[in-house]
Amino acid sequence: MIALIDYGAGNLTSVRKALTALGADFVVPRTPAECDEARGVIVPGVGHFAATAALEGEWRDAIALKIASGTPLLGICLGLQWLFEGSDEAPNVRGLGALPGRIVRLRGDAEHRLKIPHVGWNALEFRGPAATTATDTNGGSQLLCGLSSGAQVYFTHSYAAPVTDACVAATSHAETFAAVVERDNIFGVQFHPEKSSDAGLTILRNFLRVCGSQLRVSLDGGQGC
Amino acid sequence: MLTKRIIACLDVRDGQVVKGVQFQELRRAGDPGELARRYNVEGIDEVVILDITATLERRQALARTIDAVAREIFLPLTVGGGIRSEDDAEAAIDAGADKVSLNTAALRSPELITTLATRYGSQAVIVAIDAKRADDRFAVFVRSGTSDAARDAVEWAREAESRGAGEILLTSMDRDGTRAGFDCEMTAAVSDAVDIPVIASGGAGTFDHFTDVFTQGHADAALAASIFHYAESSVADLKRHLQAHGIPVRL
Repeated sequence: MIALIDYGAGNLTSVRKALTALGADFVVPRTPAECDEARGVIVPGVGHFAATAALEGEWRDAIALKIASGTPLLGICLGLQWLFEGSDEAPNVRGLGALPGRIVRLRGDAEHRLKIPHVGWNALEFRGPAATTATDTNGGSQLLCGLSSGAQVYFTHSYAAPVTDACVAATSHAETFAAVVERDNIFGVQFHPEKSSDAGLTILRNFLRVCGSQLRVSLDGGQGC
Repeated sequence: MLTKRIIACLDVRDGQVVKGVQFQELRRAGDPGELARRYNVEGIDEVVILDITATLERRQALARTIDAVAREIFLPLTVGGGIRSEDDAEAAIDAGADKVSLNTAALRSPELITTLATRYGSQAVIVAIDAKRADDRFAVFVRSGTSDAARDAVEWAREAESRGAGEILLTSMDRDGTRAGFDCEMTAAVSDAVDIPVIASGGAGTFDHFTDVFTQGHADAALAASIFHYAESSVADLKRHLQAHGIPVRL
């Protein structure tokens, strides 16, 4: 069972529909204690970093405990940003701090008509290999299994994470930022996999495989991507 | 590199696609979910549902349509045409819309832009502007183009941005339905005046019209309805055409 965290940042309908289409067994826990049995945690979210303040306290503690116990965690968009130490968008709200670094506002480029917010489909530039199977832990990105560098995904954001050691795929607008982060059991995507058609569903399916979640047999029963 | 988006518009009444469906096999493909699925296979980047239902039950009918489309495709989905209040927006978003498009309601109550942007984020709020040329300005019209709002499109787009809109959907009433090409001059005037993305609409007739609106019109995205019904693979063909002309697209 996957715990899909609802902390009031945007609506969960799109992520729910994508997980349902993939046959995932998931719940939206009402209390942090309901995360105890989860084999994976997804922190979605769109909007302002200040909204993550709702995770302070019990939710933060429960999620930190899950990470410490090795449970896979996937942050989507604002959820990825929350994995870092904090954001210039809301300097008084701390992030989870599971990954080093700070979220900063993206630069635009008026001369080349590169606008902020960064809205639309852009390419993932792989910074290393993708794993050959999603459950392979011997090097290579598990999240990117089955995709190739250059795959297009849908973004909508004004702030982004820097390219650090945890970055397995970057994306370039007026500057280059972290599009996919992955370290041990911590995963994050700046784009919206639930809105990125087949490439996005592949990434969500990979995360579910990492979690060992029960997928519908009709999808495919193997360990591939 | 950020690609230029191609957006398909589904005009929906009582749960059925009603415009631009007069060609070949699409005559019987009036089902929004079915059409959206086909567009997804062809490589459409986004889908807009424009609701023109006029009955009292429209909100429930629209929610069913949104749900049907959102189950079929995992692409950004915008709903417009009848979003008049925060409750309308909530119903659309709860049913699976990622963005709502405000038109008449935004001009009548501009604070609705800010209310929705605060609640759902600017990325969820599109302000749709219907405009036509009048002397030396681009006059904004409301109520499906029947009423002059006494506003200029460039000035209104700037205000919408400052109030929290995440994108502008700009329709040329002069070109809409003519297949004579987008109004590139108007699109460029608005696009150059705001920092948020501008979606051009109205007048698409040939693949070169799309090339023009991305180059001369400075558009970030282009929306069309009936042109995509001409041939089975026209979205894919359009994107290959754009790529061949140096315009970045998702293929």
